[in-house]
Amino acid sequence: MNIIACVKQVPDTEAQIKVKADGSGIEEGQIKWVMNPYDEYGVEEALRLKEKNGGEVTVVSLGPARAMETIRTALAMGADKGVHICDPAFDNADAFVVGNALAAVIKTLPHDIIFCGQRAIDDDAGQVGAMLAEALNLPQLTLVTKVDYAGTSVKVIRPIEGAQLLIETSLPCVVTAQKGLNEPRYASLPGIMKAKKKPVDVKNAAALGIATEAKAKVAKTIPPPARPPGKIICGDDPAQKAVEVARLLREEAKAI
Amino acid sequence: MAKGVMIVAEQRDGALRKISLELAATARKLADQTGSEVSAILLGSGIEGLAAQLGKYGVDKVFVGDSPAMEPYITEAHAAVVAKVVKDNDPAILLLGASVQGKDLSSRVAAKLATGLATDCTDVKIADGKLLAIRPMYAGKCFGEIVTNSNPAMASLRPNVFPAVENAKAGTVVKVDATVDAASIKSKILEVQKDTSGKVDLTEANCIVSGGRGMKGPEGFQILEELADVLKGTVGASRAAVDAGWKLQKDQVGQTGKVVSPNLYIACGISGAIQHLAGMSSSKCIVAINKDAEAPIFTKADYGVVDDLFKVVPELTAVCKKMLA
Repeated sequence: MNIIACVKQVPDTEAQIKVKADGSGIEEGQIKWVMNPYDEYGVEEALRLKEKNGGEVTVVSLGPARAMETIRTALAMGADKGVHICDPAFDNADAFVVGNALAAVIKTLPHDIIFCGQRAIDDDAGQVGAMLAEALNLPQLTLVTKVDYAGTSVKVIRPIEGAQLLIETSLPCVVTAQKGLNEPRYASLPGIMKAKKKPVDVKNAAALGIATEAKAKVAKTIPPPARPPGKIICGDDPAQKAVEVARLLREEAKAI
Repeated sequence: MAKGVMIVAEQRDGALRKISLELAATARKLADQTGSEVSAILLGSGIEGLAAQLGKYGVDKVFVGDSPAMEPYITEAHAAVVAKVVKDNDPAILLLGASVQGKDLSSRVAAKLATGLATDCTDVKIADGKLLAIRPMYAGKCFGEIVTNSNPAMASLRPNVFPAVENAKAGTVVKVDATVDAASIKSKILEVQKDTSGKVDLTEANCIVSGGRGMKGPEGFQILEELADVLKGTVGASRAAVDAGWKLQKDQVGQTGKVVSPNLYIACGISGAIQHLAGMSSSKCIVAINKDAEAPIFTKADYGVVDDLFKVVPELTAVCKKMLA
């Protein structure tokens, strides 16, 4: 099997995000960078498929020079080789550009199944999987919590509001991973040592021959709207506090 | 020249979903500001009757694609029809819901139309005659103002945020071809496993009662279920509670779970890790109940109770029950 796992380097979920004073983005100084958690599920699923069915896992990432760390993490988990799309021309890329860039790379590689995270926890756009699928003219299965591989097709579970769907799709296809798909492994020490020697191909925009102009642009980054300070309900008696909360919810907030 | 605001309505089992009405009313507002029309795309099988309801919420014209090929929802089939109707009618703005289906469809349609899409917006307005879409990023730790220079400018709207206001317009039905080449459809729904709990999904709930590590175990959630039942709400959980195996992944609120915006969010025994706060701080009213007065959750709460939740919650359930009786 030829399996592709797309990964993105993002700020850790515990990171404090500070907006730059001029609204041009976020302050990156203090941030700890990690593999997007949803991409980890994709990498893990790719590795499990390889372990069961044989084959090769290629990890593809678009990002600045530091994104190489995330590619190495995936290689340390067990992926075989990597492609790093790295070019300042992609600094303001939107999902359309990223999807096309990934597609330009993946087109040149054999691929039976392509994993992406269902969304990256930085821009939260959740579009790249579909953009990539369209660029490759493949079916997409988004927000997937279970994958059963059956040779020329896959059956997946996809939760929707108030139900779960069991969907079958022919291969190749793009699957976007949701939490619940699996429990990603940690890289082992030998894995980390081996990862250093695994091949990573670095490509710039010119090598891919695609447009880098974003369709949707973040004109301005702003801090979240401030919430007015709340009230702390005082007293010694839990029952009285409960009565007061209920009264405030009813009369002041009109929430019940 | 591209003109007007178009929405893609969402229906399930022959009923419009609430997000469709939120889309219609929001589109009406934008269209009135630009002096243009609102149109809607409505796809499914045997669903023409739903068009009138869209009219009631401000839609002038409804493109109805009524065909067995449109039921159930399959990305490839719906995206092909939506992209064609959009191309034929050239709207300036295209809005979808940021529901599970809407997110799946909007990204594929944006790719087909080679245009920009702002996902999960919490506000949309017209600035300099163009769509300005405002959306949370980093799960709400900051927001982005998105502009799109290609047509149509696309946005998906977060459910439960935009008011569904009635504003009756014609809702004239225009039938469109919704047949698709079967060979081009690679996916097939084999089974729909319905959640039989009767609870509203977290992303659509008006009220959420959430529990964290302070619930001490899965049995602790019982008192939250009771409060949620009285308030007609849904029970959620923090990552700590889900990772401990006390609740299912689908119940998780936060940056790696669901991002929610109910009218009322009651956080019980949740300290308020930044990744949880990110998932619920767009709730309209937040109540926090926690023993630890220093817990970060209190910085987001409209009302805070520093006390033992196992004493406060049952009392609150009893008072609310009496109040709502």
